[in-house]
Amino acid sequence: MSEPAITVRNLKKVYGDLVAVGGISFDVQRGEIFGLLGPNGAGKTTTLECLEGLRTPDGGSIRILDADPSREPRKLWNLIGVQLQTSGLPASMRVDEAMRFFAAYHGVAPRQDLLARLGLSAKLHAQYGELSVGQQRRLALAVALAHNPPVIFLDEPTAGLDVESRSELHALMQELRQAGTTLILATHDMAEAEKLADRVAILLRGKIVTIGTPREITATGAGWTKVSVRTEHGSVLRNGPSFPAVRRRLEQEGYAVFFSTDPGPTVSAIIAHVEAQADRLIDLRVERPSLEERFLEITQNRGAQ
Amino acid sequence: MTAFAQHFSFEFRTGLRDRSLLLLNYLFPLGFYVMMGYLMGSINPQFTNTMVPAMIVFAILSGTMLGRPSTVVEAREAGIFRSFRVNGVPALSILAIPALTSIFHTLIVGAVIALTAGPLFKAPQPEHSLALAGITVLTAFTCAGLGALIGVISANSQVTILWSQLIFLPSMMLSGMMVPMSMLPKGLASLAKVLPATYAMQAFQGLAYGRPAQMDPRACVAILAAGGLLAFALGILLFSWDRRNETRRLHPALAALALLPYAIGAALL
Repeated sequence: MSEPAITVRNLKKVYGDLVAVGGISFDVQRGEIFGLLGPNGAGKTTTLECLEGLRTPDGGSIRILDADPSREPRKLWNLIGVQLQTSGLPASMRVDEAMRFFAAYHGVAPRQDLLARLGLSAKLHAQYGELSVGQQRRLALAVALAHNPPVIFLDEPTAGLDVESRSELHALMQELRQAGTTLILATHDMAEAEKLADRVAILLRGKIVTIGTPREITATGAGWTKVSVRTEHGSVLRNGPSFPAVRRRLEQEGYAVFFSTDPGPTVSAIIAHVEAQADRLIDLRVERPSLEERFLEITQNRGAQ
Repeated sequence: MTAFAQHFSFEFRTGLRDRSLLLLNYLFPLGFYVMMGYLMGSINPQFTNTMVPAMIVFAILSGTMLGRPSTVVEAREAGIFRSFRVNGVPALSILAIPALTSIFHTLIVGAVIALTAGPLFKAPQPEHSLALAGITVLTAFTCAGLGALIGVISANSQVTILWSQLIFLPSMMLSGMMVPMSMLPKGLASLAKVLPATYAMQAFQGLAYGRPAQMDPRACVAILAAGGLLAFALGILLFSWDRRNETRRLHPALAALALLPYAIGAALL
């Protein structure tokens, strides 16, 4: 196995009395999309900023390819592309100027193809201050990719984007991964992380509370499968019978929702009951818990502690 | 184009595109020049003797001290420096290139003033035009350094206005731009000697116009150069990339050292 693209060991960052990051360790493999998830204030952005060389850690070590961010920032900035969560460009800077400006600082030719790919061809002469939030974020991404960096950091990349732009960005991220680029994605969008990330780490109060593939993380939860049923006469609704392996039930928008630890017998028993009651099944859905549900479970449990 | 050329080109155009910079680089100093030419020319004909250097110094102060500092603060607060940093733009370029473009804008305005003041207002022409241009560049460099330093140490735009006005207003009244230094009371004359504009006016008088100056004009040039270099050096040392100021290496109060050359000048000249 090749060396990881990113190695973080016991990373610590403190602001006064606040421990923003409290000694976290993880590796990111080359060509991997790695998601950093967590509620506001969990330490995602601080972790990213330490990795990007924008903050000096108070402890621990970071290695990005062959660069140490705090000691070799110049080397680092040619290896990484960064779309910051809170950043901007000068309001009077035009789209084509921004591409030329940053490409020149990286010593590469401007990438007009990236501007076209990100839907900015028609805005080449528009000033940054005249762009919509979504267009500004797409320009920031185009600039981050201009020098074809092997590692890319994306902090809330789809915030403010419409559905079409979001889908286009997801496709671009998949392409970059296939080309061997390592992507670190900090996001609040669990569906996005579940869809794109090879592995995710969930941060809470500056600590990693779980790390793994989205499937591994959802599998390590309470183990419920959600079975949602809707029938013509509502025979499984209120005062319905109990079904095997069901730990919890609720009613939601005309559906009876059962949380089962063994969905096979549960579904069989529900169908048998509906037929026995001369009722008719309208809809039946069997869903594994999503990353979002698992995330909420983890953060609520830890919050209660 | 190289990174420097791209950056310079962008900053120069910003000085024309940005309405507040356009106002402070061109419209305000040229408007003030025309107004003073007509007004003071009739009230106080002696004013025309110092009109060209005074209006050039005014243009420099307007562009560098009133215009630039708030752009530094706004860029820092908007996260623009963070974007620059992760793309390898050095702090030196962030401070020096806008200053360089300010010098160019000032030279354009200075040329307009120098070329039109004679035909329009019968202002005397300098004996040494090259000295006029050289002192213009040097004064713009010095004031651009101070402007950058004010932007670097100020927490917000309101504070930049306070610091800028603390230099701009006394410069207007005491440096010899409006009233000859020889007419100032002794205490105010001493105060005038801590202002870069005073040294600029003395250098213009002695070296560009060949008139007797109250301070050695060559020493004034040396003090302006030292003041400019010190202001830029302090600006880079105290520069912070974002509002958390984590990257600032020294206390902002050290910015007061930028006035050291003028304090030495006040003591010796």
